[in-house]
Order: sequence, then C-alpha cells, then structure tokens
Amino acid sequence: MNTLTGYLRQAGTALRFLALASLVLGLAYPLAVFGVGQVVAPFQANGSIIRDASGAPAASALIAQASADGNGARDPRWFHARPSAVMWDPAASSASNLGPNEPKLLEAVIANRSAVAAAEGTAASDVPADAVTASGSGLDPDISPEYARLQVARVAAAHGLDTETVASLVDRHTSSGLLAFLGQPSVNVTTLNLAVAEAAHASQPAQSE
Amino acid sequence: MTFNYMSFVVQVAALLVVLAALHKPFGIYLARVFEGTTSSRPERLFYRLAGIDAGTEQTWSVYLRSVLAFSAVSILAVFALQRLQGILPGSGSLPGVDPWVAMNTAISFVTNTNWQAYVPETTVGIFVQMCLLAVQNFLSAAVGIVVAVALIRGIARTGTQRLGNFWVDLARTSFRILLPIAFVAAVVLVLGGVVQNFWATGVTNQAAGISQSIPGGPVASQEAIKVLGTNGGGYFNANSAHPFENPNALISLFEVFLLLLIPSALPYAFGRMVGDQKQGYTVAAVMGTLWLASVSLMGWAVASGQGTATAAAGGLGEGFEQRFGPVPGAIFAASTTLTSTGAVNTAHDSLPPLAGGVAMVNMMLGEVAPGGTGSGLYGLLILSIISVFIAGLMVGRTPEYLGKKIGPTEMKLAALYILVTPVLVLALAGITVLLPGILANAPATGPHHFSEVLYAFTSGANNNGSAFGGITTSGPLLSVMMGLAMLLGRFLPIALVLALAGSLARQGQIPVSAGTVPTHGPLFCGLLLGVTVILTALSYFPALALGPLAEGLLT
Repeated sequence: MNTLTGYLRQAGTALRFLALASLVLGLAYPLAVFGVGQVVAPFQANGSIIRDASGAPAASALIAQASADGNGARDPRWFHARPSAVMWDPAASSASNLGPNEPKLLEAVIANRSAVAAAEGTAASDVPADAVTASGSGLDPDISPEYARLQVARVAAAHGLDTETVASLVDRHTSSGLLAFLGQPSVNVTTLNLAVAEAAHASQPAQSE
Repeated sequence: MTFNYMSFVVQVAALLVVLAALHKPFGIYLARVFEGTTSSRPERLFYRLAGIDAGTEQTWSVYLRSVLAFSAVSILAVFALQRLQGILPGSGSLPGVDPWVAMNTAISFVTNTNWQAYVPETTVGIFVQMCLLAVQNFLSAAVGIVVAVALIRGIARTGTQRLGNFWVDLARTSFRILLPIAFVAAVVLVLGGVVQNFWATGVTNQAAGISQSIPGGPVASQEAIKVLGTNGGGYFNANSAHPFENPNALISLFEVFLLLLIPSALPYAFGRMVGDQKQGYTVAAVMGTLWLASVSLMGWAVASGQGTATAAAGGLGEGFEQRFGPVPGAIFAASTTLTSTGAVNTAHDSLPPLAGGVAMVNMMLGEVAPGGTGSGLYGLLILSIISVFIAGLMVGRTPEYLGKKIGPTEMKLAALYILVTPVLVLALAGITVLLPGILANAPATGPHHFSEVLYAFTSGANNNGSAFGGITTSGPLLSVMMGLAMLLGRFLPIALVLALAGSLARQGQIPVSAGTVPTHGPLFCGLLLGVTVILTALSYFPALALGPLAEGLLT
C-alpha cells in the first residue's frame, strides 16, 4: 500500500469516526443533560427565572438587571449594580480588560467614585471598590454589603419605606455561610430590587384600580 | 475586595485532599481502560460503522499519521460547517462565520487550545457550539490522552514496533472516561444554576421598567467538558466569569476540581502501566509541588492588589465577580493556566501585574503542573528524560529511564520538544511587536501592551487559550499567526513524543545496575523540578522582564 492511499484511508476513517462521535457527543449527550435538567432542576436549567406577583417572568436571579440613560445616570429609585463593560446587556458579556495601571481605567475609577459619592450623598472615601470597578462578566448581579448599605437611605426614601425595612431586605438578600466563605458576602441586587418593589407596593394604601 | 487567607488555605487544602484521595482509584480505572482488550457491544458497532479494525496495533508512524489525519479532517469539518452556519439549523439568524475567525477557531478547538478570537454571543449559534465546538472539546482532550498513553506503552514495552491502535484508544478515552464523567458533572452544574435549554426567555421588571432577553443554550453540557477536558472555550464571552457558566463560589471550586481531575490521576495510571508505582508518585509529586507553589504565588500576587487604578479604586474589583472575589479568582487563574485549560472566572488582563506574570510563567512551564489532559504527562516525561540525561552527565553514565537507554536519538527528540514552544512564542511575539501597524489600535499602553502580546502567543503555542482580553486577534494576520502558534505548538510536540515512543518501544530492557540513576524519590523530584523551572526561566526571562516584571516592579 503506498502512502497516498494510506492517507486517504486514514482520512476516510477519520471522517466516519468524527461523524459518529458527533452524534453521541454533540447530540445525544447534550440532549440527555437537557432531559435530566428539565426533570430534576427545571428552574436552574432554564436560567433561574423569577416571577413577579402577577406570575410573569421578571428577571433571572443570576443576571444583573440595570439600566442607565444616555448620560450614564442611573434610576435613583433602585439599588445599583456594579459598573459594566457591556451596560448590563445579557446578549453580551465582557470585562473591561484594562490593565491595573491603565490610565483609562484610572480615569474611569475616579469618575465612578465621584458619581457614586454624589448619588449617595456620601464622602468619596466611603465608596467601596466593587462600586467603582467593572465586573468580570459585565452581568454581575451582586454587590458588596458595604455598597448596599450605602444605598439603603436613597432607595428607602424613593419608595417611602423605612430604612429599617429596606436594610432588613438587604440582609435577606445577602449570601452567607459556605458560599460567602468560599467567595465573599454578596448582595443580589436583582432579587433585592424586586423585593423592594413588592414591599413598596404592599405599603401603599389600597387604591381603586 | 479583601483577600481572605483562611478561605484560600481551606480551598487549596480541600482540592489537594480530594484529588489525592481520588488519584489512585481513578488512576487504576484509567489504566484499565488503556490496557483493556475487550470491546463492549456498542463499541463494536461503532468500530464496524467507522471501518476500524480494533484487533490491529499500529507502529509509531501510523499512529502519528492517524492523529494527524483525524485532526486535519476535524479542522476542515469545523471550518467548513462554521462557514455554512447561515444555512444550518439551530443557528438563529447568525450568518456564516468570518473565514479568518472560522479558521482560527477550528484550529483552536482541535488543538485543545480554545483561544477565542470570536465573541460567542454574536458569532456562533447553538449548532456550532454544541455539534462542533463541544465535540472537539471531547476529542481534542482524548487525543492528548492517547498520545500520552502511546508514550507510556513505548516505555513499558520492549522489542516491539506496536504502540496500540489510535482509533480504539480515542474511542475508549472518549466514551469510557470523558463522557460518563462529563455527564455527571453537567448534571451537578445544572443543579448549581448553570443553564441547559435551547431558548432565550423574555423577562420584564415592570416596576423598574426594564425588559431583558435572558440567553439560554446547552451551556452545562459544554461547561462540563470544557473544564474536564482542559479545553477552556466559554459558551459565553465572559467564560467562567459569566453567571450562567459559573453561578457561585462552590461551583467555581468544583470547576477547578474538574480541570485538575484527569491530569492529576494520569501519573498513577502511568506508574501502574510501567509496573513501577514509585515512578507515578514521583511525577505526581512534582506536578503537585509546582501546582502548590504556583497557586501560593498567585495568591500572594493577587492579594498585593498592585496597580495605580486598583489603588484608586480602594482595592481589587476590576475584572472580578463579586460572588467570587480574589480568592476563587486566584485559585482559578493559577489552575487554569497550569492545566492548559484557559477558562477564566476573572479577567486576567486586569489582574495585578505580577499575578498576570505568574499566569504567564505557569503556561511557560510547558503546561506540566499538572498540565492538559495527557499533554501534561507527556510533557513531564520528556522533562524527566532531560533530567536523567543531565544526571547521567554528572555521574558519567549512559542515561537510562525505566530500563530504556536514552541515546542520541532519544535526546534529540526530547531537546527538540523542549525547543518548540519557546521558539514559537518568542519569534511570533517578537514579529508582532516589530511589524508596524499590527497593534496600532491596541488600547493598552507601556509594558502592559507587550504583556498582552506575550500572553497571547504563550497561550496559543502552549495550547492554553486564556487571554489578556484587551488584545484583538480577529484580523487576518494575527488569526494566521495565532493559528500557526496553536497548530505547531500542538502537533510538533506530538510528533516528537510519538517518535520517541517508537524508539523506546524497539529497545530491549536494560537491567538495573549500581550505575543506574534512580528516577524516583526526593533527589530525582528535586532534579526534575529544577530542570523544569530553569529551562523555563532561561528561555523566557528576558521577555518576562519587558512585560509583567517591568510593570510590576516599576509601578
């Protein structure tokens, strides 16, 4: 057998191997995981979608839900997520990928710090690092408990709620135990804001609809 | 964000304990698969349909030809089907992938690199991800493993041309090792919050007036093999920093465990197959020592929080996810660069300069601590051969490794192996920096700019796949250069390893004598560690000095 036919035979085997393996590894395997996932953990498998009081899908508990107007100003009624390199667009995901000594990053950090200090009416030195730095995914739903505490007064006032009520909601949406030990204590802003909306709705005097 | 040392120590210790407990039973299982002589009924059907004669064994050159034929066919198929994405089902409205990016991606996934010159969300649909890229995650990992197995057979066998059957080895590794573990791991990931469906979900927060389309996809099935096969190509652009790939700190630790699992158990299988368990322990001890040292160094460098922007922010944060922070960030960053995985849960570009430097050194070690699936083991076995050669020179004896003479042929092959990646990295990085215009629009400044280039080619040639993400390589010139780095960085070493395996298998067994340098125990471990570190340091120190060291020491 000469070398050329040897190569051709090998390539034929390779092609058949690849096609057959693709059926198992590229179709049967992901479909099997899909099937098991939909049975044992449909909530997680479908993106941890949480629903509002009316039962309509309101958010994914794992994905930041935030927006800013054209000038970068955020809605003052809600807890703010961390800065994002993709403006919290779930159809994208990215970090800034700027080096720790990059002048551009330094500028962004300084600008974020004064913006947060102004929004919360606090000293610039009180603003924690997570509030002024873009997350790794751009979709980080979590902030530090320090940053959450900084925002309690503003959010409470916007909704006519006691600061204690809002502070207790923050506590309820803060990670603890093993996850906080392995990572760090985090407040889920997405679920927290939905809880704030619900509390605000409940505290309003009943109105005729 | 502060660095919690207690959490760091507990997690590193937990990984060590679990992997140490598993490496023996799992290593025995691996050895049984590689030494198995019987095929199950579905396997026999598979062989018949694929036209494989499972009973025959191959010489090293036929084995190599099979590796190359399979990889070439895979690259062409993955390239062509990406180009046809626009007319294939399951791709939404995405058009065919740009030819340069498709070529780069095909090479990247077939070489187990998983460098991503594309943004997944806007480039590749479910078909390309699930039926092309995830399949290569299995098969490229399996190719690395079977090449290591062929080398082990070359060491263990005497007076033969036969190294096994590539197709049978590939099928067994894929279906008996990778597939069952990936399936269990994927289910664990789903339980932890990783998505596995085929649709996006529209959500509306009525109070805040925000509507979003929450993405879906077969993420868990791809994530499991992405880490288990030390691949690293993310379903999403943000990779394992994305909440849908890595929803919490416990899953993050589980992913680190998965990417270390196979490379850390292969040494036991090696010891068992060569009939001398001490050899396996020696290799495992060197891998473990390097891993522990590197993870500690990474922890220290991350905790330093160096950088002007970091200082202005009042601490680490840029590029980190709040649910992880610096401890899972450091453990993941060290482990992903030491295993040729390249997945990231933190943006490496924004790490403190010396931490980015540690990530580069990890890859420059040649991905041997514990390295990629299979490639880590064969890399360290080559370094072992270099070490016995150096020891042989010191005591004036003909070097031997496990009863095989290390003659001129073997030494030439080992020396060439060691040269391939440094030459590729340094030449290609040098060309990129010197040619005008290639990086004219790169955003980084100063030494960090060079670090981004050095990191890219180090990652490509060592088949890692992680990046300093600030660099864009989707243009034709850099696509081709990165493609070359990945292709030559993968298949030249494989060709040399298989040639070495063939050469060793032909030899007879030399009996152990008083003059034999023992290749186990603390003395040899120390020698092997020294050779590994010094070879890296000598090759790369000047380049490192211009990049991460300059940035880390000057600021």
